[in-house]
Amino acid sequence: MQAVFTRPKTLKDTPTHFCPGCTHGIAHRIVAEVIDELGIREKTIGIPGVGCCVFLYKYLDIDVLEAPHGRAPACATGMKRVLPDRIIFAYQGDGDMAAIGTSEVIHAANRGENITVIYINNSVYGMTGGQMAPTTLLGQQTTTTPYGRNFRSEGYPIRMAEMLATLEGVAYSARVALHKPKYVMQAKKAVEKAFMMQINEMGFSVVEMLSTCNTNWRVSPTEAIDKLENEMIPYFPLGVFKERTGKDFL
Amino acid sequence: MRVLTKGNIALAEGAIQAGCRYYFGYPITPQNDIPEYLAKHLPRVGGTFIPAESEIASINMILGASAAGARAMTSSSGPGISLMQEGFSYLAGSELPAVIVNIMRIGPGLGGIAPTQGDYNQAVHGGGHGDYHNIVLAPASCQEMFDLTIKAFELADKYRNPAMILADAMVGQFQEPCRLTPKEPVVIPEKPWALTGAMGRPAQLIKSLFLGPGEMEIHNLDLKKKYDTMEQNEVMYETRHLDDADIMIIAFGTPSRIAKTAIQFLRQEGVRAGLLRPITLFPFPSKAIHEYSQRIKKILVVEMNTGQMLRDVQLACHNGTRVYFYGRPGGGIPYPDDIMAQVKKLL
Repeated sequence: MQAVFTRPKTLKDTPTHFCPGCTHGIAHRIVAEVIDELGIREKTIGIPGVGCCVFLYKYLDIDVLEAPHGRAPACATGMKRVLPDRIIFAYQGDGDMAAIGTSEVIHAANRGENITVIYINNSVYGMTGGQMAPTTLLGQQTTTTPYGRNFRSEGYPIRMAEMLATLEGVAYSARVALHKPKYVMQAKKAVEKAFMMQINEMGFSVVEMLSTCNTNWRVSPTEAIDKLENEMIPYFPLGVFKERTGKDFL
Repeated sequence: MRVLTKGNIALAEGAIQAGCRYYFGYPITPQNDIPEYLAKHLPRVGGTFIPAESEIASINMILGASAAGARAMTSSSGPGISLMQEGFSYLAGSELPAVIVNIMRIGPGLGGIAPTQGDYNQAVHGGGHGDYHNIVLAPASCQEMFDLTIKAFELADKYRNPAMILADAMVGQFQEPCRLTPKEPVVIPEKPWALTGAMGRPAQLIKSLFLGPGEMEIHNLDLKKKYDTMEQNEVMYETRHLDDADIMIIAFGTPSRIAKTAIQFLRQEGVRAGLLRPITLFPFPSKAIHEYSQRIKKILVVEMNTGQMLRDVQLACHNGTRVYFYGRPGGGIPYPDDIMAQVKKLL
């Protein structure tokens, strides 16, 4: 019998600890499939930040360095300068990258560090129990915005993919979603493109992935999918915000 | 051949000769000579210099470079070193070698840039969170800025632990004739634990997170064993005139140099004073101080702070030893006369 669908070699055969309904596992699978297809497993090093993203090392069969909260792009910078021919990617959540780590990601991007950042945006701090993140939608209730996020006191949700796309050092910046098969296919194409940018030494690449956190959104997995589609995507539009076509360094 | 060299430059050249090819840093006085020298000279030896966006980024670039197996260094002072503390804790917890240079500023706060030793506690007794130690080396001359930097890389690699050069601005900024070649050939050890991609071997992981029941206790106890080994094998100190001394001065860095002058004059006046100068602040020469304190019953600790190493000396002393303190915080520098007067008061 011919096998038409198998576990990617880079994805470990291990029980998941993520909550049922969470789309982190899809993100892992996409990254694992792209690593397999590009044949780069033995030269790829992953650097997860802190939060639910940290457990990357449990699932991907690659070398992994755990970074302090928000600092993965700085760790990736140091590592890439030592190992310029390896494929180095940071794997960060929104609390990690869009809050405590904005400085590190902006400056790594601005230097055009030839690294990739996979950025999971689920609009809350997941692991710590669902507190407000910079990406929390207006009106969204979290444990630290019990009356809903109010722009007058908590400001507006931050759009990282668009912001990073304004920087000269960025080769590729895209936002994708993980809640339906069609979007998953698009997400995989974006991850592949981001890794290819690194392989071709084009500069910094980032893929923002809209992800569900049904546990902390206090909804069922299917309701979370609807919420992502109807509430997140209108504020965080999907698309490619920057894509270099040549080594067009200034 | 000896060359007239500034302490900070001797340190930077020591790093290059130790095989350090990666420097990441952010400007702050009084240590700017170090990044400026390395920005110029690292590219010549195929190295990388990144003017990082912050001290937080600097120390995390070090973390990444170190995990990849490279010898990497950063330097800073005062507030910058405070910002790096999270990184030191991660380096220690992840068992990654790194060399961090602290050319101390006065604190707390923005403080000032005159010579001081106010960061002893932060360097020696943690600073970052958790149960860990930095290896801390305290040079007192330009030559030691060069030699101890090489030593710091050696110890950091040997123990897979961050090593700090803790120097006051006087040691960093003054010039002395200095031999700028290593005493012994530099050997960089193999690092089979480094992350280089899982080529022909199982994937490797470097982390400091241990959530399983009991896992972190085992990790803490393993680290403790390493610190105990350092205390057994790596303590360095210098003594002068202790054989017949009635009073022992204990000082590190610049105050130790001033104390030597004071001791010379005191001896001319017939006062039998001697010196113990810790070169490693962690591991601390507690055993040596304990042994000397069995015979020498008066100790004067001299520091350019309000009494930080003092506590470690008190803990190390034999019962019945009297420990006195003379300190000049906030950029005050003791004169030999000041130390002589303090000693005479105690006799």
